Amino acid sequence: MNEILKERKGQIVTKGQDNVAIACEKASLAGSVSQRACVFCGSRVVLYPIADALHLIHGPVGCAAYTWDIRGSLSSGPQLHRLSFTTDLKEKEVVFGGEPKLYNALISLIDQYKPKAAFVYGTCIIGVIGDDMEAVCRRVASEKGIDVIPIMSEGFNGTKKDGYKLACDALSKLIGTDTVTEVPEHSINILGDFNLAGELWMLAEYYRRMGVNLVACMTGDGRIDDVRKAHKAQLNVVQCSGSMIYLAKDMKEKYGTPFMKVSYFGIEDMSDALYEVARFFKSDKMMKQARELVREEISKLLPELQVYREKLEGKRAAIYVGGAFKAISLVKALRLLGMKTVVVGSQTGNQDDYNLLKELCDEGTIIVDDSNPNELSEFVKQTGADLFIGGVKERPIAYKLGLGFCDHNHERKEALAGYEGMLNFAKEVHASVCSPVWKFMK
Amino acid sequence: MKDTIIKSPHRKTEDEPFKSTRNACKLCAPLGASVAFKGIRGCVPIIHGSQGCATYIRRYLISHYKEPVDIASSNFSEESTIFGGGANCHAAIDNVIRQYQPEVIGMATTCLSETIGDDVNFYIQTYKDLTDRTELPHFVTASTPSYQGSHMDGFHEAVTSIVKSMAEAGETGKHLNIFPGFISPEDLRQIKTILEDFGIDYILLPDYSETLDNPIWDSYKRIPDGGTPIELIKKCGYAHASIEFGTIQNKGSLAGRVKKNTQSSSAGDYLQTRFGVENFRLPMPVGVGLNDQLFEILTKVSGKEIPLKYKKERGRLVDSYVDGHKYIFGKRAVVYGEEDFVLGISAFLNEIGIEVALAASGGESGMLEEEIKKYCPENTEKIISRNGYDYEIIHEWCAENKPDILIGNSKAYYIARDLNIPIVRCGFPIHDRIGGQRIKHIGYTGTQELFDRITNALIGYKQDNSEVGYKYM
Repeated sequence: MNEILKERKGQIVTKGQDNVAIACEKASLAGSVSQRACVFCGSRVVLYPIADALHLIHGPVGCAAYTWDIRGSLSSGPQLHRLSFTTDLKEKEVVFGGEPKLYNALISLIDQYKPKAAFVYGTCIIGVIGDDMEAVCRRVASEKGIDVIPIMSEGFNGTKKDGYKLACDALSKLIGTDTVTEVPEHSINILGDFNLAGELWMLAEYYRRMGVNLVACMTGDGRIDDVRKAHKAQLNVVQCSGSMIYLAKDMKEKYGTPFMKVSYFGIEDMSDALYEVARFFKSDKMMKQARELVREEISKLLPELQVYREKLEGKRAAIYVGGAFKAISLVKALRLLGMKTVVVGSQTGNQDDYNLLKELCDEGTIIVDDSNPNELSEFVKQTGADLFIGGVKERPIAYKLGLGFCDHNHERKEALAGYEGMLNFAKEVHASVCSPVWKFMK
Repeated sequence: MKDTIIKSPHRKTEDEPFKSTRNACKLCAPLGASVAFKGIRGCVPIIHGSQGCATYIRRYLISHYKEPVDIASSNFSEESTIFGGGANCHAAIDNVIRQYQPEVIGMATTCLSETIGDDVNFYIQTYKDLTDRTELPHFVTASTPSYQGSHMDGFHEAVTSIVKSMAEAGETGKHLNIFPGFISPEDLRQIKTILEDFGIDYILLPDYSETLDNPIWDSYKRIPDGGTPIELIKKCGYAHASIEFGTIQNKGSLAGRVKKNTQSSSAGDYLQTRFGVENFRLPMPVGVGLNDQLFEILTKVSGKEIPLKYKKERGRLVDSYVDGHKYIFGKRAVVYGEEDFVLGISAFLNEIGIEVALAASGGESGMLEEEIKKYCPENTEKIISRNGYDYEIIHEWCAENKPDILIGNSKAYYIARDLNIPIVRCGFPIHDRIGGQRIKHIGYTGTQELFDRITNALIGYKQDNSEVGYKYM
């Protein structure tokens, strides 16, 4: 086996062999070719789906160019989030300051696009050149009468997770600003769903069928006015806990809103997400409706899944995704297809996530934090995986090694959440693992 | 999206004040440098800055090339920003050597490292002084702050820097240097075939025809095969001549190549000034006219006849021009992307009777208009050529001016969709289709493919929108 960097060894454990706790939540090692991005990325991806806000990136051009229309987050109305705005700083501004350019950009963009609020992301050099972004944002807010929220998301200032926190802080500033609107009883917020391929709409429909109302989704198909009244909901249902748990905790502290962590991937977790909410509202009627819904969906789904299960039984899968919570659901979803997880890892998991994974996985499964192409290719070879589940950067690794691949990334076009999503997942795994093209790779 | 199209308060002429860039038609400089570094054999690029820079650039390139693209990062922290990135730079170099055993490390800087005044050449020197390693890779650096120019500035900065750091003097040989600019792996293979058919020894730099477009592998390769070997790059200094594609090369901007006061804005320029290697420069050769120029240069420098194969290719191309001319004449096209790409494509469209209505680039050379005039002399009055445009200005321009076709990368698809205009995808990036790395643009056969695709796009558009649909053209 090729060399694994010694500083990284603590971040890799094999179930049944290593009885130490995995090292995680560390800065990436320089030169390791981490699959992670940066603080800016963390805040940008979380706020990105808010469709009626202006998202302006203050800095040189790259950060805006690379995040233009980057997520498959659908909006049922405005599409402003899909445009990429930047102050496109030049050498002159680096020397003399970028505040006037930021001010002009905000004024002209707000005049043109009439957003409900504006998020301004400061990238690496903003603090270094001493721009007072907060002052500019305050001034524009008072002149234009909308919230203009600065997010100091210098890429170097922590990890992607710190960016999530900044995004949550930005949302927190908006929450509670609508004190007038009343919400019906049995109302929840969905946190941490980004409406990729319309997943939120499926989930909202499930909840609606149970008699549960949605106040705000943060941030899939998001709207500023919904965020403002989010504190009126009786419960926060948090998915992708990596990014939104900070907000849930913050709301609990400020407004006493309780929260629960759920996942919408796979039949088990999806159904639990519905039952838990019914249990929370202590409503027998709601629980009955939830049970009916689950029964109905599953009786439709299982016969269809069976077709794929027969073909996929016994195959091995490797998972490397952004958040560990997603990885946990994927292990279970794969099991439902008769598949075994042999490698599982994430960019941003914490100790609890990894403990859960360790409990869940079979002996011999490699568990890894903040991995890189060299390690992943080694693990896949060692374990003889047939399938890789990951994002854009993992896809060519899998393909070069002759493995099937399932896209579980920000830009995917297939909904993978919910019951419908489980079927899509099975179809996609099947389409890749069972394709006849692999025979030419041997 | 339609409701957002109102009279743009944004810059449409040079004298209007700049407000904001909306959907940038350019990328940042380290991306271009990374692509160029990928074209050296055994090279691993390191981007000296935050982790995100390397990851975003990898993701962007992977989505186009559909290949693993490993680029390391020195992963700045708050401490490195305050106290300098030396320690991280050393750690990154050391960890890359341990993991990859590269022949070359190409280090590109970022807005962050340049703003805090990091000197990567000094860090590399101190690494060399301090390390116990006896065998070290060759180091090349490129100064690529993203507040200077676009990804093309980064690309040419890296190519020039590679040549400057490696080229040696020697007795003039028969070999030729080819600096092809930013073209597709398929284009690179095409150049190699042409030169091999001519029987010319060549040094192609950069050559990412394999590194960014690999065949399948038996086992995973940390560094993909291919790329220009260092031994060859050394010989650049005593080549018979150089040929450069691209007459703009973003040299009008403030890039380090010019600022460093070496009087040379490109690799070919440098070799000519420093070693007296004659430099031939022409636009990216798309179309009969520009390819005739290329073949003429090849004949001249090699003293050999044009192989029959290419006379036939040329003949077939012209034959197809005749077959297709009526369907395209007078159609109005918008061409966008990198400046040298826009120039090459515009010259080609001009020679087949398609009117270039707008030639737009996010690049900042300020030379696009002048160069387009030079290569489309018959239509200098009609063509609007613009540097510093972004996709939203192009979008608004198209909504007002209703062009017949868009030609360029996949990023303008949303404009094509919104306004129901056909789009022919070529150049970089192609993120919404497979095969972007295999699109051929140059040579007679590259032109042939583009000609067929453009003509058929226009024929197809008419057919799709006809009342009855028909079976003959």
